[in-house]
Amino acid sequence: MQLVLEKRAERSGTIALVSPLIAIGLTIVTMVILFAILGKNPLLALHAYFIAPLTDSYSLQEIAVKATPLVMIAIGLSLCYLANAWNIGAEGQFLIGAVAGSWIAVKTQGTDAGAWVLPAMLVLAAAAGALYALIPAICKVKFGASEILTSLMLVYVADLFLDYLVRGPWRDPHGFNFPTTAEFDPVATVPLLIEGGRLHLGSIIALLVVAAAAILLGRTIKGFEIRVVGAAPRAARFGGFNANQLIILTFAVSGALAGLAGIIEVAGPVGHLQPGISPGYGFTAIIVAFLGRLNPLGILIAGLFLALTFIGGEQAQIAMKIPLDVTKVFQGILLFYVLACDSLILYRFKLVFPNRQVASGTH
Amino acid sequence: MELIEAIILAVLAASTPLLIAATGELVTERSGVLNLGVEGMMIVGAACGFAGAWLTGSIFIGALFGIVAGMLMSLVFALMALGLAVNQVATGLALTILGIGLSGLIGAGFVGERITPAAHLYVPGLTDIPLIGRVLFGEDGFVYFSVALIVGVWWFLYRTRAGLILRACGDNHVSAHALGYPVLRIRTFAVMFGGACAGLAGAYLPLAYTPFFIPGMTAGRGWIALALVVFASWRPGRLVVGAYLFGAVTILQLHAQGWGVGIPSQFMSALPYLATVIVLVLLSRARTGGSTAPAALGTVFVPDR
Repeated sequence: MQLVLEKRAERSGTIALVSPLIAIGLTIVTMVILFAILGKNPLLALHAYFIAPLTDSYSLQEIAVKATPLVMIAIGLSLCYLANAWNIGAEGQFLIGAVAGSWIAVKTQGTDAGAWVLPAMLVLAAAAGALYALIPAICKVKFGASEILTSLMLVYVADLFLDYLVRGPWRDPHGFNFPTTAEFDPVATVPLLIEGGRLHLGSIIALLVVAAAAILLGRTIKGFEIRVVGAAPRAARFGGFNANQLIILTFAVSGALAGLAGIIEVAGPVGHLQPGISPGYGFTAIIVAFLGRLNPLGILIAGLFLALTFIGGEQAQIAMKIPLDVTKVFQGILLFYVLACDSLILYRFKLVFPNRQVASGTH
Repeated sequence: MELIEAIILAVLAASTPLLIAATGELVTERSGVLNLGVEGMMIVGAACGFAGAWLTGSIFIGALFGIVAGMLMSLVFALMALGLAVNQVATGLALTILGIGLSGLIGAGFVGERITPAAHLYVPGLTDIPLIGRVLFGEDGFVYFSVALIVGVWWFLYRTRAGLILRACGDNHVSAHALGYPVLRIRTFAVMFGGACAGLAGAYLPLAYTPFFIPGMTAGRGWIALALVVFASWRPGRLVVGAYLFGAVTILQLHAQGWGVGIPSQFMSALPYLATVIVLVLLSRARTGGSTAPAALGTVFVPDR
């Protein structure tokens, strides 16, 4: 007896809808086992992860704050992945955006620069992120170099560059030698939505990005081209769609969104530039993109869910001394289950009994 | 003279994990499977390898722990990418994300602990020869093993029937299947071999390179190993050259930092990563007359019955 895959005649719409839910369910079952192995009460741990953050206003706002960069980056990545362009260096584009935007904040510090500072920071960050993403895209299109490897290598370069800036030329002279810039001026800070709260303007921008992506993919020719090039490259060639041009475009857009997310994070919740501004947003966003089925609305929901695991992970660490790495394990396992369940959309499992066909031999 | 010897020794030490991991990935890719999870398998190999050596006091058992850990990780990949026909790029990324988390979890209890690093060979007389003595006769076991490994892989791929079949699976899985070869089973073995190598390469870091474990200590070496396979045009001979070249870049930038060249250390540290990008571009550009990659690399195969 053997389990084999059989291609479905048509992709299953039902499973496409429920597969993320099955994946989350399977992940939670796995986590219960993991908590038990770690010697923690699984029910209390699940409560700390998934329920506790939803019970107070501060945590709810914090979830939206954490979801903001995840959703923005993941929307960009989903365009890439739909077009079969593998940008996995969003983390680097996020950091470069943060650096570029911070440049204006640092240079105008203490001057009487007006309200133009923040918009200029956002624009420059998006442009820098796009340019940084164009490096692997152009290397791919012009020279055929694997965009997966080049975009990832540039993450390490961006990380080191940021490190150099905050330890060297941009270090706060009054910062007791900590590797950080001075706190940004109020004109260089993303405004809060609720006085004294955590929620900031960036979350609104993220929602606008989701809406724009939904319109792009659902209502425009460009969006159609992106989907066709990824799903049916041969058909796209017959249709006269330029795959290389779409690689450049999707990389630039995703880089711009990652860069924008970077400066919003720095000029918003963090308030200054320092190493470690990202707990791996660029990589977690890959999971968000897949969990959201590369669909803008799905990504919004998936982003909120993964933000919940970040906040829940912190609470579980404080309340139950569960290591923070459990959150990463959780996210990795979740991505596995999401991908596995996606397989069910295209294939169905079938049991075969090879001993019926004597001639077919041993397998 | 002593400085030159020290540099050569350091280059060999820095190259060995790259060579071992890249050798494994080369076999995996020659069978037609692109496993991007090398970094994840390596870092889990590092954590488990250190745990094994610390618990038992034996470097050998530590290395075995690393190998088994890498193999188990690669089995998860095989189950997904081969068993369930999931996109290999996405699965490899998932493996790396999972591996980074798992290694943090496994290694958390061992941060700050030290072990006695792997012993170096000492042959009276030979090891004392100036300049080449320690380079040839004074390495740790991993270095010798890595050389044997790549020679063995070359011999397997080009001189055995099994190697020919493995390459056939990588170049045209439909034909290989039509000829009656169990493509998925062969690929599973190739993926497991890649996992074992990545795990061993990861274990090398805390067992021989530095005698302690720190989270994230692979620092992108798994990704560089992947780039090396491309650099080598999927050929074992060129892989050796590539691995030692990259080791040399890593060590030279470290020494340049030590000599106090007026360049900030972060720029020097970025060199190996930038070098990878530049090399990938130059090589891909030189290869305009058709790709040398295994033709079926990274494509899903579901046998029809």
